[in-house]
Amino acid sequence: MKEITASMAGSVWKVLVQEGDQVESDQDVVILESMKMEIPIAAEDDGVVKELKVQEGDFVNEGDVLITLE
Amino acid sequence: MIKKILIANRSEIAARIIRSAKEMGIKTVAVYSEADKESPFVQMADESYLLGPSRVNESYLNVDKIIEIAKESEADAIHPGYGFLSENHLFAERCERENIRFVGPNSHVLKKMGSKIEARKIMKEAGVPVVPGTMEALDTVEEAQAFAKEIGYPVMLKASLGGGGIGMQVVNSDEELENVFLDNQKRAKQFFGDGAMFIEKKIDDARHIEVQILADQHGQVMHLFERECSIQRRNQKVIEEAPSPFISAATREKMGEAAIRAAKAVNYTNAGTVEFLVDAEENFYFIEMNTRIQVEHPITEEVTGVDLVKEQLLIASGKKLSFEKKDVTMNGHAIEARIYAEDPERFFPSPGRITRLDLPEGEHIRHEIGVSSPFQVTPFYDPMIAKLIVSGQSREEAIERMKDALNNYHIEGIKTNIPMLKTIIEHEQFKKGNTKISFVEEFYLPILKR
Repeated sequence: MKEITASMAGSVWKVLVQEGDQVESDQDVVILESMKMEIPIAAEDDGVVKELKVQEGDFVNEGDVLITLE
Repeated sequence: MIKKILIANRSEIAARIIRSAKEMGIKTVAVYSEADKESPFVQMADESYLLGPSRVNESYLNVDKIIEIAKESEADAIHPGYGFLSENHLFAERCERENIRFVGPNSHVLKKMGSKIEARKIMKEAGVPVVPGTMEALDTVEEAQAFAKEIGYPVMLKASLGGGGIGMQVVNSDEELENVFLDNQKRAKQFFGDGAMFIEKKIDDARHIEVQILADQHGQVMHLFERECSIQRRNQKVIEEAPSPFISAATREKMGEAAIRAAKAVNYTNAGTVEFLVDAEENFYFIEMNTRIQVEHPITEEVTGVDLVKEQLLIASGKKLSFEKKDVTMNGHAIEARIYAEDPERFFPSPGRITRLDLPEGEHIRHEIGVSSPFQVTPFYDPMIAKLIVSGQSREEAIERMKDALNNYHIEGIKTNIPMLKTIIEHEQFKKGNTKISFVEEFYLPILKR
């Protein structure tokens, strides 16, 4: 199982995938909003979305798990 | 005269306003969010009140709460700073209704100048040159394409209510316009509540040069010369200087007159800034008017000796400006560098904990700062944490001093853009005054790739 984590503190602006989706490495999966800027978070590996750990509007800290892949 | 002022803002600008208010014997009220409770400005004010949670909608944009605190603390005026509610005509109108002085122009002026399309019309009628472009809102892609064809690509697609670089994009072709028009329209609707879009010709080799205005309620309208703010990243200013290293004395005078015409055309009062694009031949074109104090106002203060915030407070109190036109001259050169909590290469934000903060000190160095050490920089607001302002007799001297000051400016624990600022200040093209809006793209980013 692989984890996609937040690269910085911020709030979850958009979740771009759903559980069960196939994602490829470098594909944007979540957009965070931090300091008035939108920060896309991409998957580092291919995989299937196992669980969404966050919802739009949630606040996350750097390193928090956003999505797990399998 | 205002007796007690509430500052509906945060960080360095709140601190800046409190300083001038105190010097004038005006009591100060700070309002702050959860995230800002440890911020220096909260301690500086005579009184401070918690606004609410960290998110801006629940704190610095919460009009009802701000008005409630103003009444509770018996503040007779509100200074909105920049950003947040500063250009919100509904907020100004609310203050007017509640009999609280709003430090800025009246709500009608804010409303007119808030719409870029409306502002372009007013300026054109007043004989102020505007960037060639649409004078009415564009509804469809086809309309936009037809117009772009007429003036020729590349064009700038902009949102009428846009600001801070949001909703603004360079477009090079019909296809590109088709791809981005609806998307930008939708975003404008989301962000600003109105999807009105317009197109301007993209001016080649443009510089961003703006003129500071002060106007009292007794009919006095003055300009305090220009600031050049061409060094930008993500459409936001990074380094500003006064005077501009580019324009001639004749252009300076013409721009000053145009800015005064602009202010008079809307019966402007208080401090404001008329922003222009200037091309290689020194033709200048109105882009927008900022109806508030600007981030970069200190460089004008350094070269003119006028305290703009104090003048704002005098004007809002119904007083006359404290000086006459003949007394305003520009002496020496001032440069401001904005310190951002961000990665200096990708310009991504870098919130986190400041563990060390060592500032350069000196006679010619001025700090406007919103943080201390140790200090948590939160992700809720703009990444600008401080401004470093230096002045000198000449531009060369100011550049030299800025270089030294940046070398002695130490922040640890978060990433900052200080390495970028140093690179730019020491760049040959910057020293030469080749400060076009394309500077970062043309001269800074290529250095990183090497």
